[in-house]
Amino acid sequence: MNTMNHHWQRFTLKQKLSRYAVYLVLIMAMVQSIQSVEVIPEFFFDAPEQMADMFSRMWPIDFAYYPVSVHDAMIETLNIATLGTLVTLIFALPLALMNASNIVASPWVHWIAKFFLVSSRSVNSLVWALLFVSIFGPGVIAGVLAIAFRSVGFVGKLLGEAIEEVNMGPIEALRATGASWISVLLKGYWPQILPAFFSIVLFRWDINVRESAVLGLVGAGGIGVVLSDSMNLFEWQRVAVALLSIFVVVIIAEIVVVNIRKRLI
Amino acid sequence: MAGLSTSKEYENPFKRNWVSTGIWALVGVYLVYSFNAMGLTWDRFVQGLGHADKLLDRMFPPNFDRWELLLSGLAESLEIAVIASVSGIVLSLFFGLFAARNLMPNWVSVPMRGFIALCRTFHPVIIAILFVKSVGFGALAGILTLIVASIGFIAKLFAEAIEEISLKQVEAIRATGAGFVSVILFSVMPQVFSRFIGFSVYQLDSNLRNSTMVGIVGAGGLGGTLFSAFQRFDYDFVAAILITIIALIMLGEFLSNIVRNIFR
Repeated sequence: MNTMNHHWQRFTLKQKLSRYAVYLVLIMAMVQSIQSVEVIPEFFFDAPEQMADMFSRMWPIDFAYYPVSVHDAMIETLNIATLGTLVTLIFALPLALMNASNIVASPWVHWIAKFFLVSSRSVNSLVWALLFVSIFGPGVIAGVLAIAFRSVGFVGKLLGEAIEEVNMGPIEALRATGASWISVLLKGYWPQILPAFFSIVLFRWDINVRESAVLGLVGAGGIGVVLSDSMNLFEWQRVAVALLSIFVVVIIAEIVVVNIRKRLI
Repeated sequence: MAGLSTSKEYENPFKRNWVSTGIWALVGVYLVYSFNAMGLTWDRFVQGLGHADKLLDRMFPPNFDRWELLLSGLAESLEIAVIASVSGIVLSLFFGLFAARNLMPNWVSVPMRGFIALCRTFHPVIIAILFVKSVGFGALAGILTLIVASIGFIAKLFAEAIEEISLKQVEAIRATGAGFVSVILFSVMPQVFSRFIGFSVYQLDSNLRNSTMVGIVGAGGLGGTLFSAFQRFDYDFVAAILITIIALIMLGEFLSNIVRNIFR
């Protein structure tokens, strides 16, 4: 009869306590941050008015400015994104191979690959751009390299995971014929990861189109240069046309990528 | 033994795939075109490598002398990340619910989905610029930027997670005569809460990364310190800031793994 009164619980006491601890830490961090962050309340309440003012300055959009300099900059942005994605592959393919446990067994090699992949992802693309602008000077080359170095971590990690998931049967069959390791890579692994490869590269390209649009703010070429120039001159109507074209290009890139990926998978 | 003839032509097992050959050819053509279009040359690249040598020379050893400045920037970045994540997560909880097509009528979900898509389209830096122009320099612009970024990410994925739930439990709770809030709390949330936590932890991590970056356009945090160090050519201080940022992000990844394990 005792079982009838048993009180059922979804989580154990330890689970509950650790969950409450997370909530508590989060709330404490929030309270602490709100108390110490330097925010001027007047600015906060003023924000809607200022926003409305900014958007009213953007209207009407200066479409005549598009052929003057936005178009070329937009093409440059797309080139930076595409070229950056291609350059990434030079670094990402070896790192992905080093990171895959079914290709290289040594834990040391894994650590080296992980180190490069994580540091590539930890540094933001704008920071990479700042570094490369100070090396190569302002211009497209800094943008391409910033995009490339930023993408290595993403592409390398996902590609490494794709390589680890291949079916080892064909690989073993190829090895049994006495094929060299390069043939095993090209004829055994490569056809199996091909769909994942294109899907990852396209996905990263889509992200890179968004990222390359802002690199110009630190002088690394593309539409960002036009954006920051017009903003510094308070030409809000030109800012509006630049923002609108970024919006349109990003949407088109996403639609293209989604459709190609649908066919691939 | 005459039946065993070895002269039969076998098909090449590794036939050339013309589609992928075509794709690689296109890539080659594109490379030539883009290098010409953007005026990239090998000379320029090699010239830059010389500068890279000089830059690395000046970056090492990293200079932690101005650690007070570094620490105040770091504290501001953390505050921005925490406030933006908590507000963004709470807002996304509601926005995600309103954007789910299986719970809400079209006139609620369609505008909400449009709003979320708008939050997602622009890169955080562009949003940061707009906020800096409208609310001034400082942490507030950073917080608002990251709130928008969080809504764009969490609310979208959360809405998609809700759309995938099993409606049987919703029906069961409705059958007991429960009101709308109870239906959400007792039939929808238990099904999606762990995924929601997963998205939130991911976004907390990514807000931490982005909070060190929005400062570059004046929205507060460590990015501002980094940008001014770059502009003053204090490359050894730049190296110190970069090391701090990488350490912070690794710590963030470590903590988010702990939280993920707790909520699994």
